[in-house]
Amino acid sequence: MLFQPINKNYHDYRIERDKDLCINCKVCIRQCAYEAHFWDEARQKVRHDNTKCVGCHRCEALCPTGALCIRLNESEFRPNACWRPIFMKNIYKQADTGGVLLAGMGSPVDIPVYWDNLLLDASQVTNPSIDPLREPMELKTFLGSKPDRVEFAAPAKGKKGKPKLTTKLAPQIELNYPIMFSAMSFGSINFNLHVAMARAATELGICYNTGEGGLHKSLYKYGKNTIVQVASGRFGVHAEYLNAGAGIEIKIGQGAKPGIGGHLPGEKINEKVSETRMIPVGSDAISPAPHHDIYSIEDLHQLIFALKEASRYRVPVSVKIAAVHNVAAIASGIVRAGADIVAIDGMRGGTGAAPAMIRDNVGIPIELAIAAVDQRLRDEGIRNRASIIAAGGTRCSADVVKAIALGADACYIGTAALLAVGCTLCGKCYTGKCPWGIATNDSKLSKRQNPDIAARKMANLIRAWGHEIEEMLGGMGLNSIESLRGNRDKLRAVGLSSTEMDILGVKHAGR
Amino acid sequence: MATKTRKKLTLTAGETYYRQFNEKIREAVDQGVTDFVLNDVNSQRYIATGLTGDLHFQVQGVPGQDMAAFMSGPTIRVLNNAQDGVGNTMDDGLVVVEGMAGDVIGYAMRGGRIYIKSDVGYRVGIHMKAYMEKLPVIVVGGKAGDFLGEYMAGGIILLLGMFSDKPDAPVAGRSLGTGMHGGVIYVRGEVPVTQLGPHLHSQPCDAEDMKIIRGIVADYAKELKLDAKKILAESFVKVRPFSHRPYGNLYVPA
Repeated sequence: MLFQPINKNYHDYRIERDKDLCINCKVCIRQCAYEAHFWDEARQKVRHDNTKCVGCHRCEALCPTGALCIRLNESEFRPNACWRPIFMKNIYKQADTGGVLLAGMGSPVDIPVYWDNLLLDASQVTNPSIDPLREPMELKTFLGSKPDRVEFAAPAKGKKGKPKLTTKLAPQIELNYPIMFSAMSFGSINFNLHVAMARAATELGICYNTGEGGLHKSLYKYGKNTIVQVASGRFGVHAEYLNAGAGIEIKIGQGAKPGIGGHLPGEKINEKVSETRMIPVGSDAISPAPHHDIYSIEDLHQLIFALKEASRYRVPVSVKIAAVHNVAAIASGIVRAGADIVAIDGMRGGTGAAPAMIRDNVGIPIELAIAAVDQRLRDEGIRNRASIIAAGGTRCSADVVKAIALGADACYIGTAALLAVGCTLCGKCYTGKCPWGIATNDSKLSKRQNPDIAARKMANLIRAWGHEIEEMLGGMGLNSIESLRGNRDKLRAVGLSSTEMDILGVKHAGR
Repeated sequence: MATKTRKKLTLTAGETYYRQFNEKIREAVDQGVTDFVLNDVNSQRYIATGLTGDLHFQVQGVPGQDMAAFMSGPTIRVLNNAQDGVGNTMDDGLVVVEGMAGDVIGYAMRGGRIYIKSDVGYRVGIHMKAYMEKLPVIVVGGKAGDFLGEYMAGGIILLLGMFSDKPDAPVAGRSLGTGMHGGVIYVRGEVPVTQLGPHLHSQPCDAEDMKIIRGIVADYAKELKLDAKKILAESFVKVRPFSHRPYGNLYVPA
């Protein structure tokens, strides 16, 4: 008779403990939120249960003697190019539970990462390159609607002075770097990291996005560097919130889960989250799949202007969508509906929780989406009416540079910001037990993130990327990020088909 | 506490575009006007949207979409029908509509009261929320369309089914309370089980419920000059969530 599930030993990881190095100090026991390590009273030593390991590497990182190593479980099924182990294991799990496969973080599937097939240009001989360490270099970025034309009034006859701008400019978000911290809600990640993002954004002169979980009262003071988000659950949305930030974002879709809503699991709803979201402690926070007041572009227009009315047209309104098949036409509709910013989230974008089937099979890569949207808006003569933000799978500063060359005004980074504070992409964010203290509201775990240290790490990352972007710009003979925007001549493709190059609007290397 | 001196203003909407009209209202509020009479309103959108504080509006004519959206505090009385989106994500205050209202009334409402005399459309009161003393209330005197109280996370919906233009319609459309995980929906009389969302069923109201209902009905009747006794002459049923985590068992870690 079976006394354990037949797939119990088909676990993903193996904990290797070096017996000579282990001093039985129990640090691993205290660090592991999944109880993979335990104290064996009979044998008087620390032992472990491989089946409980999620591969977060927290114990390995903190083991004082370096006795631990987390490895993939070497147990191998008969090789089969079609039935890869992931599909087999998923079927075993679903047969046991009848459950929908749930996943965290961005999709790990092997779809082309076009950043890796795009190469940047550099100046040689002519148009000399610029050294940003000694020469001015401009990364300043303004997000918002730009006028079709600007008009000036000359000084009155006989009077001295400068011409005066008479065109009324739309509100803008001013950024010192073309990078922002992407929407990660208070609830999906904890309060300490919201404090860290707010402080880092303020120090850097960029913005962070609140995500859909509202804004805690104590963070209103960082408003100048905050974009407040309004999603279908409308958690924490009220007049004061809408007027707290430098911009308002309507979240329609998310790259990791296009077309569906969200369930922030009850495990993550503690007192503070309950207060901000106004839902009972321990209940799931459910975000409907659509905004039920938006069933059309006209309805979107209605919400955009409801938000503009509520904020007296003081801040730009962004609309965030997932990158899907008809993204260019949708973006055009969004711009025509009055959005000042269109944020597009590619299919590799992160999430705290998404059904694995959706995350891994729905949507399109951000590179193709940005290129298609930028081209469409240019063709229609409305590119100036809205800024474009690229999100989902920005791994390094070169990705930012390539996104901007493809037509983005700025990038949102989420996963990269979490990696900066220790995330190892184990993808178990939905359990609420993140041993790194990131995707958890358990006070014992969340205190592992010190807001000061986390803010410093996030700020360090953006500064480092800023330097690198300046170097890459300088190498191309450009002294301003503006000159790179939509400048696809600075990109060449390697190993792409003519269709892919046509969509990306780039030539093959060598041409 | 010293009472703030009231300052009155009558504005005529006529054919004024909503942006100019609402800016006029906001400027008047900035100048200390507290009591507005808005005449000849012709579906101008966003009336009182985003406004806060102790303000009063009397609206003659039909206000447009998203009236009182994100509103926090003011009182609005509409002497006629209202369109869609009344009290969208409303935070506090009172909206009284002396006629019917359209779809998505009180979407994600966080507090305050919305009293509709007659019928309402689809998806009314969806995803209402509550926290501590903030308890939103919607009362519909007539009948409701489909998906009343969908995703409801808190607050109270009271459906009377009395002052309706739809004599043959059931008191509520299909999928009442579907996905609700907090709050309560009270219905006067009975609600057919066919109209309820999956796994939900109506239960009789107990003394505690009746105390709450009587309080709400008294206020509603006063605001709309109705006979509270007549409203309370019938019994009431309640629909509550079957779980705070209706989808808690849906998933397995991949």
